[in-house]
Amino acid sequence: MISLTSPVETWAHRWPAGLKLGLMSLATVALFATEDPAILGASAVGVALLYASAGTRFARAGARQLWPLWPFLVLIALWHGLTGQVAAGVALTLRLLAAVALANFVTMTTRLSAMIEVAAVLLAPFRRLGLSTRALEISIALVIRFTPAIARKGGLLSEAWRARSRRRPGWQIVMSLAALAIDDADHVADALKARGGVLPIPDTDQKG
Amino acid sequence: MERSIALVALFAALIAGLGFIPKFTLAFGVPITAQSLGIMLCGTVLGARRGALAVILFLLLVALGLPLLAGGRGGLGVFASPTAGYLVAFPIAAFVTGWIVEHWRGNLAVVGAVASVIGGIVVMNLIGAVGLSIVLGKTYVESLLLVTAFIPGDLIKAVLAGLITASLAKARPASVLSRA
Repeated sequence: MISLTSPVETWAHRWPAGLKLGLMSLATVALFATEDPAILGASAVGVALLYASAGTRFARAGARQLWPLWPFLVLIALWHGLTGQVAAGVALTLRLLAAVALANFVTMTTRLSAMIEVAAVLLAPFRRLGLSTRALEISIALVIRFTPAIARKGGLLSEAWRARSRRRPGWQIVMSLAALAIDDADHVADALKARGGVLPIPDTDQKG
Repeated sequence: MERSIALVALFAALIAGLGFIPKFTLAFGVPITAQSLGIMLCGTVLGARRGALAVILFLLLVALGLPLLAGGRGGLGVFASPTAGYLVAFPIAAFVTGWIVEHWRGNLAVVGAVASVIGGIVVMNLIGAVGLSIVLGKTYVESLLLVTAFIPGDLIKAVLAGLITASLAKARPASVLSRA
């Protein structure tokens, strides 16, 4: 599974993930708390400089990540152009771009393993309360393992459909795909049980 | 325990897998992705609690940086974008959908479709529009009007969710946990 972490090694890759996430959260709260176009503009320039400091290739990949926002930018432009509230529209656009780009920057400069470590730290209080987080850890691994498998099966089902029909594959594939997911889940459940179960402590109540 | 975990994880992977299927254009020419169909199915097949857990697990992996949302999007940026309200709405929609299927013992295809309309369309858009109105700086009513364009496609998906759930109940009866 390919994560969105940038293969271009930057200075920010070496920063601790927790620190980056904390700073990003504070900055995002601040961005949504202000309406001042000057502050929002300065923030947008600041985020752009972050990307620029990481090199052209990195910055170009970052810009591509912002592309899905274009319908919203068109919407803001039309709306505020028609109602004449141009300053408010500019402020909204700057805040949207700065907030999304900043969050993407953290994702692009943090490895999946580092993110999972942060998640484990955040879950530590639950472990201290005696709750097992093992189920969650296994679930995360299972999703990472099985998403490509399910996607591949979806592709195979589409091909099988095209080989037999002139019409395009439709929702019928989803039904077969869901049945395949259920079958996979049965096999996984058996495999987990065969390896001693998710909660290996014998005195806990293990309901099938 | 193992079975629940496996089903929750595999349905989270199913939501992601449905995002990879190329958009299929339905009637009215509205291109739709199958991903929100996956959210509905989590509720109608797994029931309220496990369905919501599967969706939360999916969102956790998106937040950790995996490109699992339709169109290969993911990472923390999507939680700051105008559609973030919909991400918050996903698990709640699955929960409501599942709760209705668990408590209303009628024909599964009909109940599944109606539950998907209530959970996957009404609840989804009511919550999703809050996010739109915050990020785009519009009033709540204006944001609700914006999302009406997607309702025809969603209605089709809700009917499909009902049909698929009823077929699964025949093909894999033990795994439709909402009716177990």
